[in-house]
Amino acid sequence: MATAVAHAPEHKHYTSTGLDNTKIAIWAFIGSECFFFASLISTYLIYKGHSLVGPFPHEAWTDPATGQVFKPILNIPVTSFSAFVLLMSSLSMVLAHSAVLRGDVKYSKVWLLATIVMGTMFLCMQAFEFTSFVHEGLTLQRNLFGSTFFVLTGFHGAHVAAGVLWLTTLLFIDLKRGLQPRDAINVDVCALYWHFVDVVWIAIFALVYLIK
Amino acid sequence: MHEHATPMHHQPAVDSHDQVHIDWKTYRWVALILFVITVSEVWAYYIPAFVATRWFVPTILILGVVKFAIVVMFYMHLKYDAKIFRALFVGPLTIAICILIALLFLFAKLAIRMG
Repeated sequence: MATAVAHAPEHKHYTSTGLDNTKIAIWAFIGSECFFFASLISTYLIYKGHSLVGPFPHEAWTDPATGQVFKPILNIPVTSFSAFVLLMSSLSMVLAHSAVLRGDVKYSKVWLLATIVMGTMFLCMQAFEFTSFVHEGLTLQRNLFGSTFFVLTGFHGAHVAAGVLWLTTLLFIDLKRGLQPRDAINVDVCALYWHFVDVVWIAIFALVYLIK
Repeated sequence: MHEHATPMHHQPAVDSHDQVHIDWKTYRWVALILFVITVSEVWAYYIPAFVATRWFVPTILILGVVKFAIVVMFYMHLKYDAKIFRALFVGPLTIAICILIALLFLFAKLAIRMG
């Protein structure tokens, strides 16, 4: 089986540019995603500070009708840790890609698994954050901050979830037949998507969480 | 873990599979720099005296841009890869940022003081 796979014909699809069209496609897709996330970030920034009722991201608020006090809602320590986890998942992703290029089947599995684990950790922390926000009174319908915040971070979380699924399929392929250097383009395309998800979080973390 | 002897400033090799090879040392340094920048960002957030100054927002934005650029250049290999990929990413990104800034001016979130 291994021999048959080793001698299987390579299915490269080159364009007139001399480059693999899969890679051109993923870069074009990432370019379009820039517009998508820019639209969500600009919506968040435009409506920032326009919420009529709390909870607010960085300031406490007292409901005049009930006298209930709402604390600043953002949990910076938890989000800082999740940002760190996502950054480190980018490191494990490049190491997985590097291992596949070297034909190192042991470390390709290890680093792919590490990336999946860190991606899942990020999703778990986001689920924890969303749940705690809802318990503290911030919902999608509560105010403009809730609407724009949940849509922006929710879409980013959906992209992370899609990335985790993609990585899981690569890990299954690796476990089944072992990813060879000729498969590196498939890992590279997935890695590019994963790093893009990471850079989007870098922007969200700075603009939404840190800037008051 | 393999450690290649290629120094950081050398151009990484591109193999027959059109894949860019960057050595483990470079990845390790990039991860360390990203970690330090993230710690600096969060540290700055917890200094009320600094947050109150007008330097806080530019500092956070610059640190964010540096992190963004490092990931794109080294982890996404855009520094070493074909120029068409750079155009496919930087072109839309530039337009998206320009639209974002224009919208912030339009909705009076940004303003230029005249006189």
